[in-house]
Formats: sequence, structure tokens, C-alpha cells
Amino acid sequence: MGPVAILLLLIVVLSFLSPYFLTPRNIGNILSQTAVIAVVAMGQHLVILTRGIDLSVGANLALATVVGALVFQVTDSALMVVLAMVVSGGFVGFINGSVYVFGRLPHPFIITLATLSIAKGVALELSGGRAMPGMPEFIRTIGGGTVLGVPGSLFVVVGIAMLMLVMARNMVWGRWLYAVGGRPEAAVQMGIPVKWVLISAYTISGLCAGIGAVLLAGRTDAGSPLFGNLLELDTIAAVIIGGASFLGGRGHIGHALIGAVMIGVIRNALNLLNVDIFFQLIVIGVVIVLAVESDVLRNHLEGRMRVLQAARQQ
Amino acid sequence: MSGSMELKSSSAPVLTVQHATKRFGPVLALDDVDIQACAGEVLALLGDNGAGKSTMIKCISGVHQLDEGEICLNGVPTAIRSPGNAREAGIETVYQDLALFDNLTPSQNFYAGRELSYPAWLPLGLRFMKSREMERVTAEVLNRLRVILPKPDATVALMSGGQRQAVAVARATVFARKLVILDEPTAALGLREARKVLDLIAQLRDEGNAVILITHNMEHVTELASRAIVLRQGRKVGELLPTKENQQELVSMIVGA
Ligand SMILES: Nc1ncnc2c1ncn2[C@@H]1O[C@H](COP(=O)(O)OP(=O)(O)O)[C@@H](O)[C@H]1O
Ligand SMILES: [Mg+2]
Repeated sequence: MGPVAILLLLIVVLSFLSPYFLTPRNIGNILSQTAVIAVVAMGQHLVILTRGIDLSVGANLALATVVGALVFQVTDSALMVVLAMVVSGGFVGFINGSVYVFGRLPHPFIITLATLSIAKGVALELSGGRAMPGMPEFIRTIGGGTVLGVPGSLFVVVGIAMLMLVMARNMVWGRWLYAVGGRPEAAVQMGIPVKWVLISAYTISGLCAGIGAVLLAGRTDAGSPLFGNLLELDTIAAVIIGGASFLGGRGHIGHALIGAVMIGVIRNALNLLNVDIFFQLIVIGVVIVLAVESDVLRNHLEGRMRVLQAARQQ
Repeated sequence: MSGSMELKSSSAPVLTVQHATKRFGPVLALDDVDIQACAGEVLALLGDNGAGKSTMIKCISGVHQLDEGEICLNGVPTAIRSPGNAREAGIETVYQDLALFDNLTPSQNFYAGRELSYPAWLPLGLRFMKSREMERVTAEVLNRLRVILPKPDATVALMSGGQRQAVAVARATVFARKLVILDEPTAALGLREARKVLDLIAQLRDEGNAVILITHNMEHVTELASRAIVLRQGRKVGELLPTKENQQELVSMIVGA
């Protein structure tokens, strides 16, 4: 059963459970809550395509909102504030990729866990541990407002999705990303610049965290070191629930989007059904285990099928 | 037959490796080895497991670098620092593990790392792919080599061992301009599939490439190779013209009996 079918089923069931679920207002709510997860999950998805993981996205996003708030204290230019957040995010991502590749780390787990801690610490230092209210109007509009009756964040999500679709499907870079994720040793043997492909994936994941920061800061009209808690969990869950593979090289941007909407819908429904926040954590965790296990099973079955098919052709 | 053989060995060598030495920590994988390969000739590289065959060809194809020694292409000393370098120099390699991407289709595998793309002034990674053209050429090549795939647009994950091998060898044939190296290309294959690969190798040779073939199958060696070099524990222990008559001698050289 595909993720889209599961999502539709979920929506049907939930609309019976709560009459409020399918109201335009609630749908708008889901979309704007999902936007941040969706944008960051699209970046996370690129990293997971290369068999990696980016645990730093939440802290990265928090730091970017604080940097944005600080820049807003010295200039009124919304453009500068946006740039500051995006560059801050991209910089942390670049550090992740570079240390992973040139430090010859066995797995990106360690470095992105370290930058999670570092980015969080820097964000707390810079902000004195407090939320910093105030964002330029432009950022408030794309984060929480509407443009032509459509949530501003939707434009951002769709724009990034289209860009990534083109990059992944039409650009040589995208092909290399899949090659590196599919078989890293072969990518080296085929002369693909594996190191730069990896660094670019982590950098883009960081840029996405920066863009997510713009959306969240806009929605809340603030920067805060406490933003983005467990965002790594939500985005990784989104990518895997959406149907991409942890084993690398399989998945597309649609998976990240579907998965983000699923996470958003589940969160929203648990709220509507008055499930308390502690139990929500448990539910999301269980959903992740199920999704990862189905990914493993799917790959196992594929392997079996190949053996059978090969045997038949002998 | 013998006339054409003399003609081949008199042609200038495409590849000359001299004093090749390679260590992995305490292991001396290659110890002062010389080899030569000429255009239109199949050179068999023989030896027991761990003899250093794969190490040798990985040094030629840029995966590893020699610790000592020199590689000359068409008589010119050439530094091969990366697999990309080797490919640019016209060296194609079919690795023992095939180096295929399970998640990609045959045409995507064919062109991995050298995609047909535009515009040319951008660095390769930032260009846009000419997917149609890559698919067209791949289909043509597979057709010409009579490699039949049930679903040519499917990923190679679900293909049989022979089909995968054929795709890997076919990939080398598209781009080979000088030297093709095949590391145990028939090891995992049934008779019929192995036959197909041997025919592909003969074709590569007849197109004027120098071919280096690593194999444990003496029948294949006598059928295709005009020269055989035997390695043992990283050292070259013999070089001869393989025939049906000296097959036994070849085998004892390999095992060191
Ligand atoms: N990447 C490597 N790291 C360490 N040792 C290696 C490596 N590759 C090969 N060796 C060692 O070098 C020797 C030659 O190996 P190899 O070239 O693979 O032999 P062959 O292909 O002839 O079976 C072996 O002892 C092997 O263990
Ligand atoms: Mg070997």
C-alpha cells in the first residue's frame, strides 16, 4: 500500500472521528503547521538519499531564527533578515558535510549530533536563552499570513519542491546523488565526485533548515533558541513514512512532502482528539518504527525476488 | 594464427606498467611487477586469491595509487590519480563487484559520472541531462551486442547475474578507447551467460582495444588470451603464451607447485 493511499485512508477515518477535521480552517492550520516540517524534510530527504542523516536540523533552525532576530535589531531590511537566516542554516549544513567528508567520519550521525549541540548552545548564548520577539512584516506574511487567500508558506513549500524536483531529476547533480546513495563505492569507481555530492546534500539540508526558520519565525513573530525541538525526529519520520528508503538511493521529493503532511495530519488529529502531548510522542515513535520496519521488509522482499528471478533465468 | 600474433605483439604497447609496488599496511600486495598490454590483444592476468590481481588493476584504473613504479600510456608516463583520470585517458574497467547501481536503470548506469548534458560551459554536476539521448545510445549498444533485457527501463536491481554482467561489460564497450580491464567477469555466471561475456570481450579486442582479463578459468584463457602473466603473493612469477598444451604448466605456476 502506497503512502498516498495510507494518507487518504487516514484523512477519511479522521473526518469521521472529528467533524472539525475537514473544515477549511483546520486544513489551513494543518498546512501552515506542516510547512516548516515539509521544507526541512525536503532537505533531510536529500541527506537520507545518500544514506546519511541530519540530526542537527532542529537546532540549526533555532539558531537561524536567533541570528535573524539579531540582524533585525540592526536593520529593517526583510531581505537581510531572510538572507541571514538562510546563510546561517547553510553554513551549519556546510560544516556538517565538510567535517563528515574530510574528517573521514564513519557516519554522519556523530557530526550532526555534535552540531545539534553546538548550534543549540550558540543560539542560547546569542539570545541569552530568551525568545526575541519581532520579525519584519514580509517574513510574518510568508510564515503566518496569506497571499491571495493562500497561506504564504504554501508558496515557499511548492517553490522549493519544484526546484528540488528539477535538481533531482534533470540535473546531473541529482543523478549523482542517487548514485552515491545507491552504491558509494561504485560512485567512486565511476569517477563521481562523491565528497562534493555529500557536502552539497548536507549544505542544502542546512539551507532548508534556514528557510524553515524564516517560516517559523514569521508564524510566531519571533526568534527563539527553543524552536525546532524534535524537528529532526519529525523530518526523518516524514521522509521514511513518506516512502523513501533509509538504505539510500531510493525516494523522491514527493515522499518527503507526503510524509510531512502525514506527520502534520497525525499531530493535528491527536490534538483534535484531545490526546495529550506525552502520548503523542509515543504515537509518533511507534509510527516511525513501523515505517522503518516496512522499509527493511520491502528491501528484503526485493532481494528475495531477485534471487528467484535469477534462478528462473538460469 | 601465429602470424597475426606476431603482428600484435609488434604493435606498440598501449599500457606499460613498470616496477609496480603497492603496500596495504604490512601487506605487500604488489612487489616490483612489470606488465604490458598491446592494442588488439587480450592479456590474461592470473594468480591465486590474494595474489594481487585486483590491486594491480585498481592501480591502473585510479582507485588506488602505486607506492612505487610508473604507468605509461602509449609510451607516455601518466599519473592516474582518480577513476575519473583513468576514464578520461580511455581506460574502462569492469570491476569484480561490477560497480553497478542497483537503484538505477541500465542507461543511467552506463552514463554514471559522465552524463550527456548541456550547457557545456557549466561544471558537469550543474548541467542538465540529455536523458533521451542517453537512453537511445544505451538501447543501441545493448542491441548491437545482442544483450536482451526483459525490461530495459527497469532498475538493474531485479536483473539476473548474467544480465548485470552484460550491462557492466556493455558499459565498458561504449566508452573504451584504449584499454579495457575485466576483473573475473565470468566468475558468477552459468555457461550460456559466460559465453555471451566472452563474445563481448572478443569483440572489444577486435575493435582494437587492449584488454586485460582476470579469470580463474583456463579454458577462457586459452580461448582468448594471446599472453598470460602470473602473479603470486604480489610478485610476477611467469609470462607465457597460453596454449592447450601448456595449460598444466600455467596452473602449477599459479598455485606455486
Ligand atoms: N584495500 C585493501 N586494504 C588492505 N589490504 C588489501 C586491500 N586490497 C587488497 N588487499 C590485500 O592485498 C592482497 C592482494 O589482494 P587482491 O589484489 O585483492 O588479490 P586478488 O585479486 O589477486 O585475489 C591480499 O593480501 C589482500 O588482502
Ligand atoms: Mg580479486
